[in-house]
Formats: sequence, structure tokens, C-alpha cells
Amino acid sequence: MAEVTGIKDYIRPENLVYSKTRLMTDNVLHYCPGCGHSTAHRILAEIIDEEGLQQDAIGISPVGCSVFLYNYIDIDWQEAAHGRAPALATAIKRLCPDKFVFTYQGDGDLAAIGTSETIHSCNRGENFLIIFINNGIYGMTGGQMAPTTIPGMKSSTSPYGRDTVRMGFPLKITDIVATLPGTYYVSRQSVHTALNVRRAKRALKKAVQYQSLNRGTCFVEIVSNCPAGWKMTPVEANKWLEENMLPYYPLGDLKVPQPEKDLNPGSTD
Amino acid sequence: MTEEIIIAGFGGQGILSMGKIMAYSGVMQDMEVSWMPSYGPEMRGGTANVTVILSDEKISSPILRQFDTAIILNQQSLDKFEDSVKKGGILIYDSHGIVRHPERTDISLYCISAVEEAAKMNNPRTFNMIVLGAYLRIRPVLTLENVVKGLGKSLPERYHYLIPDNEKALRRGMEIIGPAS
Amino acid sequence: MERELRLMKGNEAVAEAAIRAGTDGYFGYPITPQSEIVEYLMEANPAETTGMVVLQAESEIAAINMVYGGAGCGKKVMTTSSSPGISLMQEGITYIAGAELPCLIVNIVRGGPGLGTIQPAQSDYFQAVKGGGHGDYHLIVLAPASVQEMADFVELGFELAFRYRNPVMMLSDGALGQMMEKVYLNPQKERSGISPDWATTGKPPGRERNIITSLELDSAKQELFNLKLIEKYNEIREKEVRFEEYQCEDAEYLFVAYGTSARICQKSVQLARNEGIRAGLLRPVTLFPFPEKQISRLAEKVKIILSVEMSAGQMIEDVILAVGGKVPVFHFGRMGGMVQTPEEVLDFLKLKIKEA
Repeated sequence: MAEVTGIKDYIRPENLVYSKTRLMTDNVLHYCPGCGHSTAHRILAEIIDEEGLQQDAIGISPVGCSVFLYNYIDIDWQEAAHGRAPALATAIKRLCPDKFVFTYQGDGDLAAIGTSETIHSCNRGENFLIIFINNGIYGMTGGQMAPTTIPGMKSSTSPYGRDTVRMGFPLKITDIVATLPGTYYVSRQSVHTALNVRRAKRALKKAVQYQSLNRGTCFVEIVSNCPAGWKMTPVEANKWLEENMLPYYPLGDLKVPQPEKDLNPGSTD
Repeated sequence: MTEEIIIAGFGGQGILSMGKIMAYSGVMQDMEVSWMPSYGPEMRGGTANVTVILSDEKISSPILRQFDTAIILNQQSLDKFEDSVKKGGILIYDSHGIVRHPERTDISLYCISAVEEAAKMNNPRTFNMIVLGAYLRIRPVLTLENVVKGLGKSLPERYHYLIPDNEKALRRGMEIIGPAS
Repeated sequence: MERELRLMKGNEAVAEAAIRAGTDGYFGYPITPQSEIVEYLMEANPAETTGMVVLQAESEIAAINMVYGGAGCGKKVMTTSSSPGISLMQEGITYIAGAELPCLIVNIVRGGPGLGTIQPAQSDYFQAVKGGGHGDYHLIVLAPASVQEMADFVELGFELAFRYRNPVMMLSDGALGQMMEKVYLNPQKERSGISPDWATTGKPPGRERNIITSLELDSAKQELFNLKLIEKYNEIREKEVRFEEYQCEDAEYLFVAYGTSARICQKSVQLARNEGIRAGLLRPVTLFPFPEKQISRLAEKVKIILSVEMSAGQMIEDVILAVGGKVPVFHFGRMGGMVQTPEEVLDFLKLKIKEA
């Protein structure tokens, strides 16, 4: 039995339990500690790699915190104007029909300024995937109210909490797109616990696989956090998400293909 | 040779299509042509007009104030364009609905009754071809043969069965002016 | 090369030329006076023949961003609209310029401001030539003056767009869009199927990932990028000026006019010469780059210059800059969808001659 002399002796392949995803670049993520974006990026990169889609993937990054997504995953990217990612994706997929095209958008991008592009792309049944990160706040610009800010939630432009009489109600856009004939698979997930990360990855993977069928738009919402914008520690933020966001935005599949005969991935629950 | 023409009347009288047939006929005759319509809501029931230029040379302005020939099919257009005919030019107008006839003495005036003639032929829709026939007799810048060819180019194929009736109307229009001078 | 003779509206000529140029994608939204373009394309249904994608977008904003996406894949893509729609597209246009993407944008100009009129105008010169969207950028701006040029400039536009990785605008107007003239059309070209090496086409092993973006938060790097753009624009100014002179050799009086106004002024020149007035016309074919040297040269030998536009006087600013005070420059033109006649232009010239 060899004598253990130092840390180097532990760094052996058989002891490896965690590593950087192959498709994640070496660029340092600019996200705040505890932010859900990093986790969402990672599972997305894993899925693209696992599905062998690196050569076929064309991603569209939004305006918002994830604007620099193109720095982190090693595929071809286009950076869209605020809210316009689905318009770019529409043209890209129609002009390059054999590619895997997806957008990654926040709530301000997708559900405020880009509502029209979102709804119409989904309604036309464009054959790309939309990943929607909903943290109920404008993170990048410093914590202003988002279209998805829940009633009573404080932000820098709703400092006394969202008053639905004056400020209107949050937009459950995922519920809306699930009703459109053009969408094929619509799901809402979160990444605030290890269990939820696994479920979110399963749903996202299913969406990526469904997307290859070109039967319509797949749409996966990830209810996420914003510790900095919410002015909480990461642990508090995840607890707040669970207690406040999830009752308003319940998790699960909102639309599954009927009948589901082409693919049979495992349940997301 | 350059012939600058304005055709004006009510929307729905076939003014734009008459101009279009003249333009196509010009192409058949190896001429340079331009067809500049009034467009927009006035096309739907209001007044419509189109400027057609036929020329042996490259055409400069498609938009004109003065014309060699005015083909006028309602009172409003007569009031508007009577003064736009060049001195020594031609004004052809249909008498139908005209209460104030043109008064100029320095141009040639032709009053025709194409509406009546078309009714007599039991084919009111060929009214504009009677007018065009009259014009062709007065100003023979296009041959009848090329106009019939132009008609074929201008009409979608599904309407080609209408060509004989239209040709008849063209000939009738020529007749009402009288023999070729 | 056998060219096919057709009698067409300017709008139809743009659409047919787009198919024949081997365009990969058209994205547009109906607006008068250019809706014939998307209608023609839908009827021609080139998806069945050349594989060209034609899509009616939900808005001009979506249309121009579809153009961004397609151009980012290195495809030959275009959109068309008229003034209010082009205003909506300005965000997309500046992003396209910032991401250095090639594309063709056609503006069939109508009178403004606001909803304005649907009749022809040339009141979008500033917007096309001086920017329109935010930031330091230029479009290459082509000004057709005939249905033939509306067809020809589709291909020329794509050629320049790809040569310089820069958006090209064809600045036409409602009159040219709606009028019919003879047009000789090029034979059908195949779609290229090859994308430039910078395009996002999926990252093969061994190449760096391609990123299409106009974002650079490091100001020092952004400034370097701006300098690179200036260099490109200067090269365009050097190499791509296009213009046409008409009866300028012995001209004492010069019209400067583009598009429909140039056609009108050509007639004004003829009318003037019939009366013994030696007038000439310089027609800028490119509005950016502007033929400033040519105008400056002509300013040495003429007495009066009239800048004739269907606007309140926009191009005249560039004419004045080019003339540099050598001779008086006056604006003449009608607005709001009214079009000046050749006689009106000549009358104005005579007035200015008398006043001089």
C-alpha cells in the first residue's frame, strides 16, 4: 500500500467526480455568485456535447445578463438586438434547415421588448428552441421591474413592491406560448437545487431532441434567481424563489407532443 | 417621335389597363415606353390617371405637365387636364356625363360616344378598347397589329379568350372616327 | 449574355431581379407603395425553383432582424419597405452595420414625416445617407433612376455589400416603384451555397467559433473598431463613387438630382436648351459615397447650381459642401407626395438666372 504523501496523490482519474464541461470555454463567467445563469449554461453546453451538436449548433444570445453567452460555449453565435433573437433564429433556421438553432433569452428580452417576436415565431412554429431564463427582474441594468416581476415583489422601479393596479400583472408568457398551435414542447423548470438541475437538464435535453424533428418551436422556461438584484445571499435567493416564484410559476411540462410516439425520453419528474 | 399621353377618368373605367395595353403595344413596336399611374386609395372609385409615353428615344421624365394627347373620360378629368394639352395637341373625350365641353380652339377636339357604342355592342366592359381604337385612328403611332399583340401580353392567359371581343371594340373605335386620313 | 426583355413596374423588377440574382432570403412586411415586391415574390414562389426563402414577417422590426440572422450565416438576404417601415428598421440596420453584415435594404420612399402620404418623395435622404440609426456608420446608398436600374442595383447592391461587408440601401421612391418601363433581366443565377469564412454556419473541428456581434464593452477596442470602419468607408469613398453627367460639357447652369428628380431634370435640360439656356445635369448614382469631386469640378465652370429633390432640401447640404462656396446653390422641389414637373424646375432656374 502506497504511502499518501500529499494532495497530488489524490488527483487521479479514478478519483474524478466533477470536471469542466468540454464545450465550456476557459473564459471566466462574469455572473454574480449564486446566479442561475451559470448552471443553465453548463447544462446547455453538456447537452449540446452529449447530442453531438457542436458542429450544427447556432446560438443566439440576447441583451441582458447573458449577452456574453457567446464567450462561454464553444459554438457559433450571433448576438441579437434586445428582444429580436427569435427573428434572427427564424431566418437562420429557414436558411440553414439542417442546423440546430436556439435562442437564450431573459425575461425583459423575451417577454417585454421581444414579446411580438416570441409570440409570432412560436405561432409560426419556427423550428428552433427557445430557452427562457425568468428571474423576475432586470439584472444587468440594476434590478428594475420585469414583465415577470411577481405581485408585491420589490425592484428599483417598484420600490414598494409590484402594485398590479398601477403596474399591471406579470406576464405568464410560457403559458401563452403553450396555447399556440406552432409550439411542440413547452416546459417550465428551475435550477435552484441539485434535483431541479437534473430535472431541468432532462427537460432541456428532451427539447433539443424534439427540435431535431422540426415539428415546431420548443420552449423551455427556467425560473431562476438574481441574488444581486433581489438583494439577497444566494441561499436566501433560492429560498425566496422556492417560496414566492414557484407558486406563481409552477414547474412542469405545459405542453407535450400528442401522441408522443417519435421519441420516448424519460419523465422529467 | 415622342408621344406623351395622359388618360384620366373614374377608377374602374379601365384607364390603367388601357395605358398598360398601350405600353405593351409600344414594346411590341420596339419603342421606349413609360407608364406612370396615379396610385393609392384614389384607384378605388375616385379619379384615376396614367401618363403613357411612347418614344423612339430614351425617355427622360415620366412625370409631365404638358401632353401631346389627353384621353379624358369624365368631367372632373376634363376640367383638370384641358389646359395640359400642348398647343396643337389632341383632346379625345367621351361625351357620357359631360356637361361642360372643352373650349380650347388651339387643339384638336374629338368628342366620342364610346360608352354608348359599347352598350350597343352588348359589351360595356370593352368601352376602354373603343376609346383606344378611336385614339389609334386619330394618332396612328401604334399599329393595330401591335396593339392586339400588346393586349395579349397585358392580359393574363386565363383572359385571352376575351381578345377577339376586345379587337372588335378596337376596330369599332377606329370606325367611329371615320376613315384613316 | 442573353437578357430577357420585360415590361415591369419598378417594384416587380426588384422582386424578379432578386430571384434571378440567386438571393437566399427575402424578409418583408407589406406597406404602400412597395407591397408589390412581397406579393410578386409570393406569387413567383421561388422556394420551388431556386430555393429562395420568402417570408412575410410580423413587422418591419422582425424583418430587418431576420435579415441580420440570415446575413450572419453569410447568406444573400434582403428586405424592402417604404419610409415608415424603414424608420422601424433603423435599430436593426445600425446593428447590421455594427456587426459588419452584408445585406440589401430597399426603400421605396413616400412622403413624411409620420404616416405622411403614400405618394412618392425623396425625403429620406438624411436617414439613408447620414445614418438613421445610432452610432458612427454608413450605408452604401444606391439611387436608381429607372426600372432597369432598380433591377440592376439588386445585383450591384449584393456585390458591394459582400465586397465591403456592409449593408447597402437602394433608395428609390414611389414613382419608380409604381411606374412601368422596359427592363432587360439577367438570366437566372444559382444560389451560391457557399458562406464566407466569418459566417455562423456551425463550428467545424479545428476552426475558432464565429461570433456575429456589434457589442464591445472595452472602449479602447470599440474605438479601434470605429477606426476600422472609417477606413472602410474611406475606401468606399475612393472606389465606389458612381454618377452620370448629362449635357454638362458646355453647361452654364447645373442641376444636381437623383432618382425620379434626375429623370425630371433631364427633361428640364432639354426644355432649357430648346430655349437657348445651356443647362446640364449631374446625377449621383451613389448617394454614399457622394460624387463630391465631380460636383466640385463642375462648380468651377457653371454659374448657378440647382439641387432638385422631392424634399424640403436634404441632398443640397452635400451639394453645398462639395461646391465649397464657388457658386450659388439653390434648392428646388415639391414635397408631401407632390412631384415637381420639368417645367416648374425650368421656371425656377429662369427665376434664379434673372435674379443673378
